[in-house]
Formats: sequence, structure tokens, C-alpha cells
Amino acid sequence: MARPTSRHSRPGRTLLVLLALILALGGTMFLQKAFTPKLGLDLAGGTTVTLSPVTLNNAAPPDEILDRAVNIIRERVNGTGISDAEVAKSGSNIIISIPGVGQSEAIKLVATTAELRFRQVLAMEATQVPQNLATNAPTPSPSGSASQPATPKSDKSTTPRSDKSGAPAASTPQPSVSPTGKALSSALTAPTPAASATAQPGATDTPQKQQNKGQNAKATPTAAPSGQPSTPPAQNPNAGVNTQGIDPAVLAQFNKLDCANPANRGQGVQDDPKKQYAGCETDGSYKYVLDVAKVVGTDIDTASAGVRQGTVEWVVQLDFKSKGAAEWSKLTTAAYNSQEPRNKVAVVLDGVVITAPNIISPIPGGRAEITGGFDQVSATQLADQLKYGALPLKFNRSSVDTVSSTLGQDQLQGGLVAGLIGLALVVVYSMLYYRGLGLVAVLSLVVATILTYTAVVVLGHNANFRLSLPHIIGLVVSIGITADSFIVYFERIRDEMKEGHRTLRAAVEVAWVRARRTILIADAVMFIAAIVLYFLAVGGVAGFAFAMGLTTLIDIVVVFLFTKPFIALLARLKFFAKGHPLSGLDAERMSEAGSSGRPTTPQEA
Amino acid sequence: MGLARRLYRGEINVDFVGQWRLWYSLSGILLLISIAGLLINGLNLGVEFRGGTVFSFKSEQATVQTVREAVLNEGAHQAIVQSAGTGGWRVTTESLPENTREQVQSQIAKDFNTPVGQVSVQAIGPSWGGEVSQKAWIGLGVFMLAIILYLSMAFEPKMAMSAIVALIHDLVITAGIYAWSGFEVTPATLLGFLTILGYSLYDAVVVFDMIKEVTAKLGHTSKMTYSMAANNALNHTLIRSLNTSLVAILPVAAILFIGTTLLGAGTLKDLSLALFVGMIVGTYSSLCVATPLLVTLKEREPKYQAIARRLASTGSGKGPKGSKSAAVAKG
Repeated sequence: MARPTSRHSRPGRTLLVLLALILALGGTMFLQKAFTPKLGLDLAGGTTVTLSPVTLNNAAPPDEILDRAVNIIRERVNGTGISDAEVAKSGSNIIISIPGVGQSEAIKLVATTAELRFRQVLAMEATQVPQNLATNAPTPSPSGSASQPATPKSDKSTTPRSDKSGAPAASTPQPSVSPTGKALSSALTAPTPAASATAQPGATDTPQKQQNKGQNAKATPTAAPSGQPSTPPAQNPNAGVNTQGIDPAVLAQFNKLDCANPANRGQGVQDDPKKQYAGCETDGSYKYVLDVAKVVGTDIDTASAGVRQGTVEWVVQLDFKSKGAAEWSKLTTAAYNSQEPRNKVAVVLDGVVITAPNIISPIPGGRAEITGGFDQVSATQLADQLKYGALPLKFNRSSVDTVSSTLGQDQLQGGLVAGLIGLALVVVYSMLYYRGLGLVAVLSLVVATILTYTAVVVLGHNANFRLSLPHIIGLVVSIGITADSFIVYFERIRDEMKEGHRTLRAAVEVAWVRARRTILIADAVMFIAAIVLYFLAVGGVAGFAFAMGLTTLIDIVVVFLFTKPFIALLARLKFFAKGHPLSGLDAERMSEAGSSGRPTTPQEA
Repeated sequence: MGLARRLYRGEINVDFVGQWRLWYSLSGILLLISIAGLLINGLNLGVEFRGGTVFSFKSEQATVQTVREAVLNEGAHQAIVQSAGTGGWRVTTESLPENTREQVQSQIAKDFNTPVGQVSVQAIGPSWGGEVSQKAWIGLGVFMLAIILYLSMAFEPKMAMSAIVALIHDLVITAGIYAWSGFEVTPATLLGFLTILGYSLYDAVVVFDMIKEVTAKLGHTSKMTYSMAANNALNHTLIRSLNTSLVAILPVAAILFIGTTLLGAGTLKDLSLALFVGMIVGTYSSLCVATPLLVTLKEREPKYQAIARRLASTGSGKGPKGSKSAAVAKG
């Protein structure tokens, strides 16, 4: 806003700016064919999902771990901050309610574990289409899940016990539990390759062989058992692979690993960061032996999704904490100084390799980028998951329900009717008290209402802002704040007319300068409240704070772009300038208080 | 009519500041009653804060109304009824003791023709649990600090302190009313509190802005003490304060009226009560708590003490005695 010079304000231009603003918001509404606000849980219901923790032998997880999971899910689900989802614990389950129907996809993403690891690649191998299949597993096209590479399919992340046609693990001993309990302890809850090898006769190693391997610290590749009976024994499965420094047990897993079968890709594995790991690429095109994780998800300070400069590729940008940054620098330096394929650092999410880029130079400074065929949605989701940390538990969705509103329609209608009655009362009061000026007051409220409505609709469709009952009540209260702004201004105009005996046109300008300061300071207080609440609070409070900040901004817009220029225009009319009895600026009102002789204006101090 | 006319013409002069003893004792009594209520009764926290019991069952003929009645008749005090999926129902109540749980369960089974075994009962934890509340408290603390800083810069530290004290005064009294009435405190209520918080400050800021403007003119030769000047400023903005409060309270009063008469119990009633009380108290505190407090603080400053002494010796230092001042001394 330019400072209005005291005599030469251009009210017409200012009003045009306002008109442009309203048209822009209205145009957006029409273009998006969105005419009604999106409503929150309490007004329109939504989707309720029950998550059950997946634990060993179905023991209930400790309370503090559940609480941590609840908090992380709550932060993730309210990642956008203004949709007001609810998260609550129910026994050892977690119940999430998200406004709007058909949100189960969103909840699926909220409930994924998101354990992130950065591991140096030690060995890798392209997945071959198996010859003379011993299994009947169909080979999926490698690009089968390329559309959502970063999204671990939680329906695929079945545990061994649910794998076996629903038979609980406790009663059915796994026929093929690998004897190398030590190496696999971390992956017990996961469908280890060994477990899925039950279909392949002879795939299990004899314990004796395993022990031999364990004792031979320097296992030669040939000592590694051939995990695939279909390959001739003479063929060395690790030909051309530098096996130096690889834990033989992990190498054995690596050899058995059949990434062509999607069920084997180990998604949802809680891979132990302190151990080496054999894993698959998301689309199954490669399998890897990976070093211990030097950098993990907890080293991340914040994550955000964005488009890489100069390209159209979506990436997830990571900022590490100081310790993480140092480790990241070390890890990339080590990779940079290594031979192919050890010059790659794999990004492992929930046990699956999202991407394993070559390190072309050491990366200091604590920033990293993850690429991997993201689109905007998947990049944003992964960033949100990483930002709020990994879940300490794995969850299954045990039920998904569409639920109705918690308040019932009667409350919403009651609130709206009451709000309208209240507005009508305000209109009547303004007209009685301010007469001609009351018209300005009423029109200001109308403009504020239009702006608020369009803003809420546009934000609902573009930022998932959902209106709930408290917001509506907050908007009703903001009527008072908006009204106050022009009341302050009107009273100032009266003062100016009394004291300075100025013409109305001059008084309008001088009063504005003084009223403007009051309005801005008072609105700043509301705005500070809104900002603090938005950034520090959670869930419902954040949405409310957002609404509060919005109405405060709208108040300022209305006063600056409508009330003031409109009065400046009216001041040119005879009706007001000459103080018509109905104008609200009549002689009676403007008269000095003669009867009591007391000073009514403080300016005589 | 005479009063309204004088109000209309801005000729009213109430001695707000001079009556500080009255306001302080009135507020003191209100605060004591409120704190007593909070200590004796405590707040009736809703399911969202304390967790509760969830009943789920399937029934084709149930409606929100019949389900709510069935549950409330069996001793539950709060019931959130939702339809879930096709023909399914979810009722969330406060945490019920075991015998009440069983009563509700069998009542539902009887009323809606389902076997008792088909009515599942689960405990549910708070969706606004400890961590959320803790964050809210931290937020409140940071907010107050930010406001003190901001008002100290925009006005002065003493005004900031007075405004915050008035704010706490409003919150405690509103909370006290909840404690005594036993109305349920839901997240919606909490948001009502937050609105009051903003509104109360807003009101005080507008009043202080005028006081600052008027008292800035005080100097060695002025004919007014700080008290008199502040009181003048108050009277000057009185018409604005009353107008604004009226305009803001009218819609809230409409919601409260409709919420309590037509809709029976519900969120609307809880919320509008918080706002209605809070706004009235907020208007009162801007005029009768924040300003006298500010004057008490400011009159200790040597500059204003000097003015007061000088005026007292010349005998003109008597505060303005507004005719009929008591008649309109209600904020």
C-alpha cells in the first residue's frame, strides 16, 4: 500500500484492486468448478482406519512405543497442517480419522514405517529371468511398480505368518527357517528369501554347510551354497563380484535372493542398520549387497519435495543434522574413492533400495537429494514421512470405514442460522447507529464475507483446508473484528470533524492515518496469535489458527481496499459532506457538548 | 433515553480509573470463585482429552437420535454417534465403569435387535492426549512472550504487562464458569478459549492505543494527571468499545440462544457459552482491569508523580466526576 497523501488519494483505483482480487479468487473457483468449501470431520465425516501393530508372536507393544507411533502418525497425517485429522490409541491399535471419504490411500502412506538407511553398495547383480523354473512364480515386468517407486506396498509387506495362507506362525514352524539365526535375527519378522524358498526343493542349506561357512572367516565365493537348484553347480554365482569384506551369511542371502518375485523384495523389512544387508531394487531389476548403514533416518533434520533445477524431475531433498552431515560426508567420500559398484550409495526405505546413484564427488554440507522416478505426490509423501521420522512399529490396516460426521447436521445448520441472525442484528444495529455510514459498514461486511467464502473454497481445493465448526464460530467472531476496524475509523472521522472543523473530505484522510495505525497494531496481535498457534500446535488447533490468520488478513484487505476508499468516495457526495441528518455525520452528532461544559476531547490536555 | 443520547453524541464520562478499588475487588472475587471452582469441581473434560469407550454394532433401523437416547439413558453423559460403513454404528462415550458398559451394551442389543455378542466394546485413548495438550501449553507460553515483546515495542512494557494480566484474568474467569456449570470441555471449547484470547487482547490494544496518544501530550505544564488523561482516553474510546463488543457479541448470543433452546446439548452450546462469557469479561477487563492496572503502574513514575503533586497543591487534581457515572459503569 502506498501511503495515502492527505489530499490526493485515489479511491477509484484502490477499489479496482479489490475488484481484481475478488475476480481472481472467483475465477479460480469457476476454473476448478469448486463452489463449496470442503468440510472437516465434525461436519462431514470421513474415513476411519484401524491400524494393528505387527509384532513378534503377537505380543502387545510397549505403551511408550505405541505413543511414539501415535505422535509420528499424528504429525504425518497433519503434515499439511490444516486438515485436522484425528489420531487416537485404542488398546494396542491406532485409530486414524481423516476428513473426506476414500482417504484410505492417504492413510496407507501415513502408516508405512519409513525406515531410511544410506548404505554403500558392496555388490550388485541384475536380475536374470530364471531359466528352467523350479518355481511357478511369474516374472513381473520390471516396471511393474515404477509408477509409485517410493511407496512400499504395505499389502505386499506380509510377514511370514500371514504369508502362509493365514496360518499363525506360532503353531506352524517354518519349514525353512535359515539356520543362520545370527545373521537373520534382524529380519525375523520379514519374509526372508529363505522363507519363500519353501517352494523350491533343496533350497535350504544343511546346517553343517552353514557352520563351515561361519568358521571360515574368509569364505571363498565357491563355498557359498548355490541357492538356486536350477543353476548348474559348476557355475559360480558370484563370478565377477568382489566379495571382499562381505559377511558370508549376507552373501548367501544375496545369492538366494530372487528379486524377480515381488513377494521377495523384502518390503517392510526392519533391516538392522548395524548389519550388512541383501536387498532388491524397488522394481526388482537389481539385487544388492549393502554395507552397514552409516547414515540413517534419524540423522535427518528436515526433508522437502521439490523439482530439481533445470529439469522436470521431482526429488526429495534432505537436510542432515550436524552429526548426520559429518557421517554423510564420510560415506560419500568413501564411496567416491571406491571401485565400481562400490562407488554407489543405496537409499534403502523399509528394506527396499529406492535408488543407488553413483557418487561422482564427496558431498559435504549436509544436504542430499533422493531421486527415483518420483512424481509430485510420491515425492511429497516421502518427504513428509521422512520429516517426521520412522515409525517404531510396523502396522497392518485391520479395518477401513467411512464414518459420518460427529456433530450431526443439526449443529451445522444451527450454527449457520444463528450466524445469519447475528449478522442481520449487526446490520440493523449499524444502520440505526451509524445511519448513512452504516451502509458502508454493511457493505464492508458483505465484501469480507465474499472474500472469506472464496478464500475458504479455493484453499479447500488447493491446500486441503477443511472447515469445521470451530472455524465457523471463529469466522462469526471475526465479524466483530472486521466491524471494529470501521468503527475505529468512523469515530476518528468524527473526532477530526469536531476538533479541526475540517471538511469531510479532509477529515477522511487525516482520520485514516491515525485509524490505520490502531487497526494495524490490533490486527498484528491477532496475527501473532495465529502464527504462534499454527507453528506450535497440532491438529485442530493448527487449522483453527490458520482460519484466524486468514480472517485477520481479510480484515486488513477490506479496510484498506474497501472501507477507506469507499468513504473517500462518499465524502464527495453532498449527502455526507453537508451532514444530512441521515448521513451519520449530522450536526447533532458533531456538535460540541455544550451542556456540561466538560471537555469531551482529550486533546485539551 | 437521555443516556443513549449522550452516548450517541459521545458525551459520557465515567470515572473508570477512579473506581479502581471497586474493579479490583470485583475481579478479585470473581477470580477466587473461579479458582475455587477449578479446584473443587475441576473441568469436565471431553472424550478427546480423556479417552473413552467405543461401542460398535450393526443395525439397519437405528438413527442417530435413537442411538444417542439409548446410550444416554443408560448412564453415559457424553455420546458421539456416527454411522460407520453400511449399517454400522459407532458410539463414543466417556470412559464408563464396567457395569454401565454392560448396561449400555445390553440396551443397544435390545433396542436394535442385535445379539449382545455383536455389540463390540473397546477402550479408546485420547485423540488430544498429553502430548497435544503439552504442545498447546507451550504454544500459549510462547504466544504470551511474543505478545509481551510486540506490545513492549509498539507501546511500552507496562502496557504489555497490563494487557497480559487482563488476558489471564479473562481466561481464568471463563474457565471458572466451565468448572461451576459442568459444561463439557471439548477441543471446540478450547478453540473458543483461544478466540477469546485474541479478542481480549485486541480490545485492550485499541484502548491502549488511545491512552498512549492522549498521555503522550502530558508534560510539566499539563492540567491533568496520568489517571485523568487515561480516564479521558477510556471515555473517548468507550463508544467504540461498547459498539464493537455489541457487534461481536450479537452473533455469538444468537448462536448461544439457538444452541441452548432449539438444539439441546451439543458442541454449539459449549462453544458459544465460552465465547459469550469470554467476550463480556474481555470487554470489562479492557476497561476496568487493564487500564486501572496500567495507571497504577504509571503513577509511580517520577514524572507523573510530579504532575500529580503539582496539581494536588493547586487543588485542581480531582478526577473528573462524571454525572451519573455509576449508571453506566457496566462494561
